[in-house]
Amino acid sequence: MDLFQILSDIEKVDGEVYQRFDTRRQVFKHLSGMGKKVTAATLPALLSTMFNKAYGQTTALSQTIIDTLNLALSLEYLEFYYYSQGVTSGLFSGNDLNAITIIRDDEQGHINALRGVLGSNAIADPTAAAFDYTAGGRLAPFTSAALFLGNAQAFVDTGVRAYKGGAVNLISNKDILTAALNIHSVEARHSSHIRTMRRGGVGVAGVDGGGPNDSLPKSWISLLDGGGPAPAVTAPVYNAGSPAATYPAEDNVTQGIINVQSNSNITGPAGIPITAAAASEAFDEPLDANTVKIIARNFRSATAPAYLFA
Amino acid sequence: MSNKVLSDQRPLETIVDKPLYSPIKRRSFFMYAGATAGATALVLAGCNNNNDSSPGSIDVGSGDFGVLNYAYALEQLESAFYIQVLGGSYFTGAGAAEKQIFTDLALHEKIHVDFLRTAIASAGGTPIANLVPDFSTIDFTNRTSVLNAAQAFEDLGVQAYNGAGRYINSASYLLLAGKIVSVEARHAALIRDLIAYNSFVGPVSGATVTSNAVIDPSLTSATARQEQSKLPSVVLNTVNTYLATGSKLTATSFG
Repeated sequence: MDLFQILSDIEKVDGEVYQRFDTRRQVFKHLSGMGKKVTAATLPALLSTMFNKAYGQTTALSQTIIDTLNLALSLEYLEFYYYSQGVTSGLFSGNDLNAITIIRDDEQGHINALRGVLGSNAIADPTAAAFDYTAGGRLAPFTSAALFLGNAQAFVDTGVRAYKGGAVNLISNKDILTAALNIHSVEARHSSHIRTMRRGGVGVAGVDGGGPNDSLPKSWISLLDGGGPAPAVTAPVYNAGSPAATYPAEDNVTQGIINVQSNSNITGPAGIPITAAAASEAFDEPLDANTVKIIARNFRSATAPAYLFA
Repeated sequence: MSNKVLSDQRPLETIVDKPLYSPIKRRSFFMYAGATAGATALVLAGCNNNNDSSPGSIDVGSGDFGVLNYAYALEQLESAFYIQVLGGSYFTGAGAAEKQIFTDLALHEKIHVDFLRTAIASAGGTPIANLVPDFSTIDFTNRTSVLNAAQAFEDLGVQAYNGAGRYINSASYLLLAGKIVSVEARHAALIRDLIAYNSFVGPVSGATVTSNAVIDPSLTSATARQEQSKLPSVVLNTVNTYLATGSKLTATSFG
């Protein structure tokens, strides 16, 4: 049996076969190291272990992981159907339409990947009818590009904070953790771009704290961003979660026990002072699952399935 | 226990006092050293280049402090880069928006690097030494050169934090890394948009993501539309091209 030929054949249909093992190097190290001791009798068992580890679902997911990923999946659906409507709304054209389409597709990919990890534990697709993006008539996101983008910022910043808070629940499963981290940073990239769109493009300077009515947001969260684009609904997106010591508001400047604004070992570059805005911008803050659900429940429709953000 | 003589066991103040961001430019070095000594130095440098994994390299260590030192190393590089940007003629002549962006980036990264060093020390760990960068490939007078380098550093930073998450044992350090990485991702997206508008998740043609430079463009793979995180060994291959001999990094206890 030529194992290397088998792996090579598998690679033709599954280009990621080597990545399914720890690393390509490790596969060969494993095999060449074992080679001396491997006998015809033990080889099949060895291979079975290797391939099971690579392709098999060996252990059931814990309830904590299932709950964390299903909340993430729910938020992805909230965003996916939002951007889907944005694409067909007629509010956007050119670069702006392309950006909304790219983000929609990213959310579709995240949905597919999360469903793949969750398998039969995944919630059912709640469908577009489950969402009320007006938050009970308080918002009008489909009446202008600016209002649409304002809501988008609130959704994506909620998502970034939710993934950040949820990541620690996944610490026991390194592959799922890595996938969640790799979604988390893409959501942060979305937030950056939506914020750039909102302030009028890369040629427009943002303002500490987002400026009047958060109309000139930086591409990063600055202080509380004035409660976001529609403070009556969106202020909780930037406020503290529960407990506040673990899930502080976005204007937090103390990391661990270290106040990054006043600690004498932490100084600005080239003599530039560290303002509260800069200290808050340098760190994004997490949110707990309950606070995320409270925010997201504003956007459930009357016909939403009971499990959505429950 | 108390008689450690490693240079990075000095009191924190000593480390803080040492300038982090004033690498001697190659050209200036030869000027200082004089032509004859410069020629000798050139020979020595040539020898060292064959020896990147020699005892002259710095290992980030193991465990959670190893990951934190790895982050600290990356932030040192980023912070030194932006400080040099602020002192260069591209920045001096930039418009208001780009001035503000690069000032913010310099602030954020300097805060990250000082915070990480302080946090590692206050938690009982030992921060790695101050790294000496080598930015000789970057033209700080040229917008394109500066933006391309900034994009490389920011994307790499995101890929590095995401790829190192699996090596963190403590939930609070994982949370801390999460607080920083999303800010790096915000930076990366904006720098990408400055270079090519709408490339915030990678090179695009219209609404189609055309490469896996940032995310996996597939809609259906297991890593669909996810950041292409990188393991420390891969990240350090790139990082080391921006570090001077003697400051090259290894992460032997990680993948």
